[in-house]
Amino acid sequence: MALELIDITKRSGADIHIHPTSLVLPEGSFNVLLGTTLSGKTTLMQIMAGIQQPTSGIIRFRGKDVTGVAVQQRNVSMVYQQFINYPNFSVYDNIASPLKVAGMSRAEIDRRVMAAADLLRLKPMLKRRPSELSGGQQQRTAIARAIVKDSDLILLDEPLANLDYKLREELRDELPKLFAGRNAIVVYATTEPSEALLFGGNTATLHEGRVTQFGPTASTYRTPKDLQTAQVFSDPPINTAPVEKRGDRLLLFGGKSWPAGAAASRLADGRYTLGLRPHHVSPLPVSGVSGEVEGRVLVTELSGSESVIHLDVAGSTWVSLSHGIHPLEVGAQARLHADVDRALFFAPSGERVS
Amino acid sequence: MRKRYVVLTVYIVFLMLPIYWLLNMSFKTTNEILGGFSAFPRDFTLDSYRTIFTDPSWYNAYINSITYVVINTVISVTLALPAAYAFSRYRFLGDKHLFFWLLSNRMAPAAVFVLPFVNLYSAVGLFDTPWAVALAHTLFNIPLAVWILEGFMSGVPKELDETAYVDGYSFPSFFIRIFLPTISAGIGVAAFFCFMFSWVEMLLAKNLTSVAAKPIVAAMTKTASTSGYELGLLAAAGVLTLIPGAIVIYFVRNYIAKGFALGRV
Repeated sequence: MALELIDITKRSGADIHIHPTSLVLPEGSFNVLLGTTLSGKTTLMQIMAGIQQPTSGIIRFRGKDVTGVAVQQRNVSMVYQQFINYPNFSVYDNIASPLKVAGMSRAEIDRRVMAAADLLRLKPMLKRRPSELSGGQQQRTAIARAIVKDSDLILLDEPLANLDYKLREELRDELPKLFAGRNAIVVYATTEPSEALLFGGNTATLHEGRVTQFGPTASTYRTPKDLQTAQVFSDPPINTAPVEKRGDRLLLFGGKSWPAGAAASRLADGRYTLGLRPHHVSPLPVSGVSGEVEGRVLVTELSGSESVIHLDVAGSTWVSLSHGIHPLEVGAQARLHADVDRALFFAPSGERVS
Repeated sequence: MRKRYVVLTVYIVFLMLPIYWLLNMSFKTTNEILGGFSAFPRDFTLDSYRTIFTDPSWYNAYINSITYVVINTVISVTLALPAAYAFSRYRFLGDKHLFFWLLSNRMAPAAVFVLPFVNLYSAVGLFDTPWAVALAHTLFNIPLAVWILEGFMSGVPKELDETAYVDGYSFPSFFIRIFLPTISAGIGVAAFFCFMFSWVEMLLAKNLTSVAAKPIVAAMTKTASTSGYELGLLAAAGVLTLIPGAIVIYFVRNYIAKGFALGRV
């Protein structure tokens, strides 16, 4: 009982938008598509919805082949990044429109619209036009229209990206509650790793039209299959460096060497790519096995309780994210501590080996 | 403060003077017009207007003109809507060239088409009917309407179309119930320009008609009659010719600015 994508591809002319992709989204699940702009999130969602047809492959819903079934015949709803509402309809008619098209009775429509409006706190605005609402209210209207008809599949394409900070947080807290207790498969596309972590559920990481990994969000984050997944699923970006493991040492940065630590001890001697998340590099000494990162400070971003330090280390940029305020001067030499035990190691092919 | 308005005032006076003079002449007798200079009609008369509203050769000319202008506007906008939608929503082989070619139709002088049109319409029995003029005018009005409407349609995100399909709307029902109201401003602007161009166009209108479907622009060129020059009558006809444009522009005045902002007008 799920939505299954089997070897889906999408190309237009010579451009490949989606490489062969297979996904199984269980009923009632919350799934995050995580990837940068142009990584194929929207295309994949449009294929799931039936707005676009895949070049090859099969889509099955509840065991039935729905490839090529028009979007009107599928019970789906979609919310976009831009606030898409029918400008000539009132908020009430906007929310009611999928029900009206379905030919529902007037009393039933009214009951459902009121329930959805109540849930999204739109009741005082029902008579207004979308253009008379704030951005947050416009997006609430779009979300209300998406949940009002009990869709089998609800697609949310970066729905919070155009909202300002406060509204985004507010709506982000509400979203999971709206979908809880529904049988619908929810797919949520985002460019922000932190959103995926907040929502939990499952996460599929996308890179240039390829799903690099799909699984429970926490395990995708903690145990990425390959370097690309780790890169997509890290913000600020994950630090990488070529290393050579020799005995119990790691050679890197032209001459520097670190103790191998727990993660690398399992590896055979040879060349690897080391990946270290920014919060595992700190100006403060780390508790476990520690490696030195020395370089010139490029930028220091200080927020209320965190410091992000960008460092030029032997020609490549390293980023450190740490608690507390560490005001390092730009241009000065700094020495940071890497938590080598937490490092990820990737084979030259990109696959994670430890 | 006052200085600021001087240039504007001069400019407006300059613009309004010919129109005032036309209005002035339309209330004078022909003798007074020819007799000398006068800023106000000395013998105020409505005779010229009375003639136009009672003489069938005059008021029929207005009816003919309005008939073909309305037919033309309806045809042009109706045909331009799907064409503009295709240009704004789909990528197809040569779409940009085709779009430009449409515009280039407006670059040819109407005189080029007079001979083939007269010959063609005579052959199929359309000569001297409002349909002949209405169809001839679509030559430059459809490209114009497509150009204007495409601008307005491209301003509507294609996600609106997709949302409607997701909600279950079929294409025709989406197009009529959601899309057309969304671009109503563009339809208004396109219709206005079709109306205006068709209303003022004279060469095709004059040559494709003779008696039965004679348009007002042709009727106005008969400066002389058996009773000599009838300048008052002509001025009154001119005033009445200005009125439909003024009415139409009143309704679309707010949308025209939007059209300019899109760079399509």
